[in-house]
Amino acid sequence: MMRRSLIVAVIASLGAVGCMEVEQASTGQKQGKYQGKPDGKPWDNAPLAIGAANAKWTKGDKGTWETQIKARNDGQNEYKRIGQ
Amino acid sequence: MARMKFLCDAERCIECNGCVTACKQEHEVPWGVNRRRVVTINDGVVGAEKSISVACMHCSDAPCMAVCPVDCFYRTDDGVVLHDKDLCIGCGYCFYACPFGAPQFPQAGAFGLRGKMDKCTFCAGGPEADKSEAEFKKYGRNRLAEGKLPACAEMCSTKALLGGDGDVIADIYRERVLKRGKGSEVWGWGTAYGQGKGGAAPAPAAKS
Repeated sequence: MMRRSLIVAVIASLGAVGCMEVEQASTGQKQGKYQGKPDGKPWDNAPLAIGAANAKWTKGDKGTWETQIKARNDGQNEYKRIGQ
Repeated sequence: MARMKFLCDAERCIECNGCVTACKQEHEVPWGVNRRRVVTINDGVVGAEKSISVACMHCSDAPCMAVCPVDCFYRTDDGVVLHDKDLCIGCGYCFYACPFGAPQFPQAGAFGLRGKMDKCTFCAGGPEADKSEAEFKKYGRNRLAEGKLPACAEMCSTKALLGGDGDVIADIYRERVLKRGKGSEVWGWGTAYGQGKGGAAPAPAAKS
């Protein structure tokens, strides 16, 4: 009798496991956060060899890269270009 | 530096589709996918016809990022919204969320099979090694890494489409509006960047 009730208890507890909530997200995943590969920074690239003479930035220097972009930006302003 | 932004001046756009062509050519975008397109309203109505060049606006609070079920979107330090095609499952949620209809899906096979999402990258490539062949194949050319701005804006013949540092292009536009005395409404600016109401730009102010 004792053995039978023990078996029933074990089966019941195993059955109850099926009612547990299982974690469905993959390990380490944070929802709402980018999950892909990291991207490089544009200023970590050397200027193209073909335009290196006119390039205003040096590899890895964010400040000089921004100066380069600012110069390109100003190229879209025809009022400034007319004045040059 | 502020965030990278696009601005299209509807007073200047002449619907030449040069920006569309430049984008297609620069990135070798496949048939059926248009990262940029020109939309015209009141077509043929004298005095009321306006055209605007539309692509991903790289929103400050991008809805595509919010709805992506696999979190494949990210924003660069310059405010450019990019995505990882290795993660994208082509579900199309971003297309429904985007107010500009920017996400594109190549018809990759028979029975309308939909490929991975493709969109304007602000000529900033994607999460592959900069200027690599893999980056070019998946995302197109990385002009920012070459110290250049998006091809569509840089080659625009009337300079209707401006692209670059938000502060600088806003200054260019402001100066333009003051000189011509009209057309301060910037289409899409408020929707994408959260300023003004319903796409209207803040009233131009004189610069000291």
